[in-house]
Amino acid sequence: ALPSWEIEGMQQRENAKNPKQALQVRRSSLSAWQIGERTAGPKTADLKSAQKHEKGKQQSASDRAGNSTQDHLEQALTYFERGKSSDNFNEVLQKHLATVESIALQRGLSPEGLDVLLNVALSGHLVNTRILKCLIPASVIAESSVVSAVSWLCVGKCSGSTQLLFLRWLIAMFDFIDHKEKLHALYGFFFCSLQDEKLGMQPHLQALLSLYKLFCPELVSITLPAKMKTYFKNSESLWKAAINTIRRRNQGTSPTSQQLILGTGHPQSRKRKWNTQLILPACSTDANNPTRSKEINHADILSHSESFPVEQLHTFSQLLQNIHRLEFPSQMGSVLRNSLLLHYINCIKDESIYLRLYYWMGQTLQEECTWYKLDNQQYEEEFKDFLDIVYKTECFLQEGFSSCEEFLYKSLPLWDGFCCRSQILRLVSWIPLSSFSEMKPHLCEPLAQLFFTSSLYFKCSVLESLKELLQNWLNWHVMQLDVESDPKISPLNTTLSGLVNSVAELIHFVGWIATVALHLENNATFLLYFILDFYETHSCPSLVFICVRIQRALKSLPFVHSFRYRTNLVAAKENELIKKTILQFKFSSQTYQEYNQYIMAMVGCLWTSSAFQKDIHPQGIRLDPEVLKKTRVQEVRNSFNIVHHPALMGYAILFLQQAWPEDKTLNFNLIKGRRWNWYLEYLYVQGLQGLKLFIESSINRVSQVSQTKSGNVQV
Amino acid sequence: MEKRSSLFHGLPFPTTPVLEPPSCCYSGWRENVDPQKIAFLLRKQWTLYSVTPMYKFSYGNLKEYSRLLSAFVAAEKQKGLAVEVGNDLGIKVTLSTLLGLKGTDQDQVAVLVQIASRSQLPFENAENKVVWSGWFCCISGDDLLESVPEDFTCLSLFLANGAESYTAIVGSWFQKTFDCYFSRLTISPLNLAWMAAMWTGCKVDSHMAATELVFSVPCIPQSLDISYAIHSEDAKALWDTVQKTPGEVTQEEVNLFMDCLYSHFHRHFKIHLSATRLVKVSTSIASAHCDGNIKVLD
Repeated sequence: ALPSWEIEGMQQRENAKNPKQALQVRRSSLSAWQIGERTAGPKTADLKSAQKHEKGKQQSASDRAGNSTQDHLEQALTYFERGKSSDNFNEVLQKHLATVESIALQRGLSPEGLDVLLNVALSGHLVNTRILKCLIPASVIAESSVVSAVSWLCVGKCSGSTQLLFLRWLIAMFDFIDHKEKLHALYGFFFCSLQDEKLGMQPHLQALLSLYKLFCPELVSITLPAKMKTYFKNSESLWKAAINTIRRRNQGTSPTSQQLILGTGHPQSRKRKWNTQLILPACSTDANNPTRSKEINHADILSHSESFPVEQLHTFSQLLQNIHRLEFPSQMGSVLRNSLLLHYINCIKDESIYLRLYYWMGQTLQEECTWYKLDNQQYEEEFKDFLDIVYKTECFLQEGFSSCEEFLYKSLPLWDGFCCRSQILRLVSWIPLSSFSEMKPHLCEPLAQLFFTSSLYFKCSVLESLKELLQNWLNWHVMQLDVESDPKISPLNTTLSGLVNSVAELIHFVGWIATVALHLENNATFLLYFILDFYETHSCPSLVFICVRIQRALKSLPFVHSFRYRTNLVAAKENELIKKTILQFKFSSQTYQEYNQYIMAMVGCLWTSSAFQKDIHPQGIRLDPEVLKKTRVQEVRNSFNIVHHPALMGYAILFLQQAWPEDKTLNFNLIKGRRWNWYLEYLYVQGLQGLKLFIESSINRVSQVSQTKSGNVQV
Repeated sequence: MEKRSSLFHGLPFPTTPVLEPPSCCYSGWRENVDPQKIAFLLRKQWTLYSVTPMYKFSYGNLKEYSRLLSAFVAAEKQKGLAVEVGNDLGIKVTLSTLLGLKGTDQDQVAVLVQIASRSQLPFENAENKVVWSGWFCCISGDDLLESVPEDFTCLSLFLANGAESYTAIVGSWFQKTFDCYFSRLTISPLNLAWMAAMWTGCKVDSHMAATELVFSVPCIPQSLDISYAIHSEDAKALWDTVQKTPGEVTQEEVNLFMDCLYSHFHRHFKIHLSATRLVKVSTSIASAHCDGNIKVLD
């Protein structure tokens, strides 16, 4: 039998023989699809329809001129909706079909449009194949349209090949269907129709059902040969590229986009190479590897239980119940899309898992990097998505991948600082703790180069990512403290001294780049915020205020963290004494000296109004009087104490206003003696607990004279 | 459950093996190999891929792999229906080992994959025509092998000849089954220069074709290719003067060799070839292109 559109074509040619008739027919067809108008029938050729034709022509001309594609689509859909089998006008049909196809490939079709077109395609006329091939959803597919489509199958109006194409389409688009309850009820029909085939139960059908049984054993009741191995051609390739392009374009508003399938590239571009790994492999069992199957079978005999296939793993409780017999997927890369499997590999100590993931991820990152291999530049979006997935996995596992670290070391020197910037900087924050001297040439140098030559926002992003890096190192070390009790496991030399050295060097590095950055950016407040944010994370005294120019760049002194540092020192010392173990780590006395000097400098600034005076520390803040004169700041010595400090001056003003409400002049010198204490109390009440901690711990007051004492540490 | 100490870092595993100058493996091959068995490898253009170690690959299961791969290839090539393993498929895939093709004794044995189409003729003795071949080998992977656990097989170089579609199918099957990764291997100009030097120095019994070097110059609108052909005896004579120790090749010798060739060219044409990019080397023994294609003639 000829396909329906050929029949239409023949009729068209017949019509063309009689031009007058053709014109009449055309006229009425134009009027047929005029929006909002109904015609009596296709053959009316009266004056009225001639007028309509004129009107329609004008309208269509203006339509074409001014309308958006949406209107064209609506026209096309209306045409298809209304088109009965008598509408055999090939030219109009082709035009509408072309409209639908182009819109489908650009944006996808709405659920309503899909509904119309599905019904049209399966009701046995028009160009079914072309319509089915362009049914790409923009968001979801309504279950009702699928159900009605299946009902058309029962009527049997469409050919066998159309039915087959519809089933392939259904399989490809299955995840886009919004609800599936009614669809589940139709499985009986599908299985019946399979058996209805004159061919009977073919081996490939058996294989399909055995695969199905793997997922839902309770639904397939027939017995099937157990060890059938079959391969199926990948049938969704027709639509796959288009789906992914559209989904990316529509920015993932689809509620069904749970899968982490990444795009296969734009349809217009050259065919993607076959070994691209940006498509995360599906979690499938290893049944195809006979080596592993044999091993599993052997284990079955001993353990009397089958292994649990990974496709059936959907919930966490299933994971817990089957954790002893869970199979790994055949391609380890697929765990990135499956949080349950990530839980699983988090617990298992199998080196081959890590190795497999290491090789796969290392190769994928290297091969798909868009600035490493220039061919990849057009796939930047997909690479960004992939990097996002890697980052999310690292956050989930709370650990960085070494393949990712190596990729960063290799690619940062070539990086322009622009491509995939936020993704790369986030990955930097998960670089595992290691000896800083190793990291330095690979990470710090390229990063510093980019840092100094880039915009303010880039600088801030880098500082933030280094802050996260520091935080991750500290967190990771805390987790390691449990393992530390077993001294034989320490492949990374992750002792406390190692941590402190690396941390100290990182902080030093950040201090250096921050200083230069402040000069370059003219003390931009935005930058300062990020710098201070960094220094709040750790607990070493800030050297920033030393380096900053005296023109009041700094807004606050880091009270709280200096106290925290002190607490850590004390705690470490106590631990050492209590545990009586010989830690490799020793805080040298030099560190204590440095610390003491910092404290003294800070107290000198804050309390004793002797800022910038004597300080023998090489990084101390002693400044020559000439320099101080140049700054033209009066009363430099007390310019950073708790009254005059820029951050605290506001409080001082409020205090003065409350204490002497009638006095309009703000005389800061009133705050001394008793009132100094009152002021201090006032500050505490305002919530400056950090200040309270610092002063109470570091300053030992003897009557009214303040003295400094470097802490209560028993050195 | 004991918490693992480190999950993903601290593994002292090397990354992708770079294509090292194949001096040692090549000379090794010539000694150990039965010429007849590998005759089919010659005079074919091979595309190079680098492969990560394969998980749970077993030499004992090669027959089983052949059956599975045959079904897979048949399924991908056909339209529509699924294919059951073991049926008459129209194509036949064989996996076999190639003894002798390894750099050192510790290397893994090479594996050959061939796709042959079943002859349509009813004759019993009609031979199957090989439509595609590919082979895996390990190239002097001593360092790599030391650190890789037993479950992994390091066959890090893959050479393919035949239609790209078959390469894609076979490669996908290996990737899915053994969790490995294929990536195209490109040959840098430095390595090409090494090959030029070494192959020039090899003794060839049969007729010697000219040694040809192709250089690429980036130009607008199309890049310019300069082909520099040298009489192979002259080239060999030059190399013999440069090479100090027979059997050993150093970077300085290679540089000197190339510099001599460049200065000769410059004297005649006033073009500095050292500023261009070497993209192809072909000698009477073998030829290599920077895209990762090689052809061995002898």
